[in-house]
Amino acid sequence: MQISGISITGSLFLIIGIIMYKGLPYISWEMISQSPKGGFYIGKGGGIFNAILGSLYLAGLSTVLATLIGIPIALYLNMYIKQGSFLEKSSKLLFDVLFGIPSIVYGAIAFSIMVWLGIRASLLGGVITITLLTIPIVVRTIDELLLTVPVDLKNVTKSLGATTWETAKVLIKYIKPGIFTAILLAFGRAIGDVAGVLLTTGFSDNLPKYIDEPAATLPLAIFFQLSSPIPEVQGRAYASALVLTLIILIIVICTHILASKQKKHKI
Amino acid sequence: MHAHSSIETKETQNIILPSTPHMQIKDLNVYIEGTHILKNINLDIPNNSITSIIGPSGCGKTTLLKTLNRLMDDSKEVKVTGSVLVNGEDIYAKDAEVTHIRKKMGLLSQRPFPLPMSIFDNIAYGPKIHGERNKKVLEQIVETQLRNVGLWEEVKDRLDSSATGLSIGQQQRLCLARGLAVQPEIILGDESTSALDPISTQTIENLLIDLKKDYTIVLVTHILRQARRVSDYILFVYNGKAVEFGKTEDVLINPKNPITQQYVKGFIS
Repeated sequence: MQISGISITGSLFLIIGIIMYKGLPYISWEMISQSPKGGFYIGKGGGIFNAILGSLYLAGLSTVLATLIGIPIALYLNMYIKQGSFLEKSSKLLFDVLFGIPSIVYGAIAFSIMVWLGIRASLLGGVITITLLTIPIVVRTIDELLLTVPVDLKNVTKSLGATTWETAKVLIKYIKPGIFTAILLAFGRAIGDVAGVLLTTGFSDNLPKYIDEPAATLPLAIFFQLSSPIPEVQGRAYASALVLTLIILIIVICTHILASKQKKHKI
Repeated sequence: MHAHSSIETKETQNIILPSTPHMQIKDLNVYIEGTHILKNINLDIPNNSITSIIGPSGCGKTTLLKTLNRLMDDSKEVKVTGSVLVNGEDIYAKDAEVTHIRKKMGLLSQRPFPLPMSIFDNIAYGPKIHGERNKKVLEQIVETQLRNVGLWEEVKDRLDSSATGLSIGQQQRLCLARGLAVQPEIILGDESTSALDPISTQTIENLLIDLKKDYTIVLVTHILRQARRVSDYILFVYNGKAVEFGKTEDVLINPKNPITQQYVKGFIS
């Protein structure tokens, strides 16, 4: 117990320590508030604001979409189709498989569809890809949450004459704190993904203004900068990683606060 | 605890009831995952009285109760044959509407299970899903039902706080009030006092005795003393069969069937 605890916190601090040690000297207000200027990738002025904004748009939109699509799917699988049936078992297996498919596969498939439809690499393409990538996360997490709902609760609403949909609404209320975790997991996967956005979202030095234009994302910005031989640019890569980590940290804390407020009525 | 496999069950005796039956169970068979759980049950449940279903654990008491409001249907691989008539209407008919049937029956489960909402919303939930939107009416229903179960004075100042903050006995009364708020005709209790302390148990028992003037009540219990205290009629179920049905004193004091005799004397548990 103690060894595993120490090794987990240890590796977390190691990661944060390394990116802080390497990135902190390069972090500046200019870096997080400006778009790249000419020569940014050879160590000159500008920042990664385009990528911060791009990542937030991409992850935010995909998470919202994945939640809106994923929750009804999970409810359907749990409440509307007969439990233990072939359809239920095979659908859940399918989502398990989808859950495990690496994001580059999603990227490749989305890319080929985009080529076929004549859509170029854009924020929209990225949002669709990442939504597809995160739906299985939402579905499987919510599904597991719904399995923890006591049968008695379902029986209570049903015996009051509630329809399946009315029962589902109470169940959603019951698992609400857990839904935040599902959203958090989806957001974390969405904001950290490189392979899925590489082919579909492209990259741009401009701030993302339109959904049909390419947009920069933080993981890709880190990737590009890290592959540079120039120490200045490499340092900025670690600074970008630090920014990404901070964003995730803020989201995690916010989610926890929201979830704990929701626990008020939990049993 | 004694060996009882050698005892043969006899068919249920037909008993002429003094009052009209509210529910009639006819040739009811229930199979769960291929296992025959309830075997050919025939029973008339009389109006405005308390009928207790007794029997050893695993005999099918709870299954029988849940068959009465069609809660069994939702479980995996359940097959029900035969019919259950409520006011002469078969609830297992093809065109029977499940939500409508369940609305007629309030279920009081083994442990109180408040909905994840406030005390007020717990009671108002039923009326709300059945279309009541008027806040005044809802407030009236909540007050009436909480008074019915003697909870009003205890919670009137904290109707907006979570129902989970109540003691377990209060929660069970809240659940009873919640069931009554949808204006059922029948109350089904599934060992409703097994999680409660003696005082709360007594409160619930007295409430049920009060309520039988307006409702038909069916209770599942494994406590013989409770069955004796509250019920007018008793059904003894053994191995999925309805072994004996009759007035409380007849079944408990002068049981006709040898298995009932053994159970009542405590040889089978």
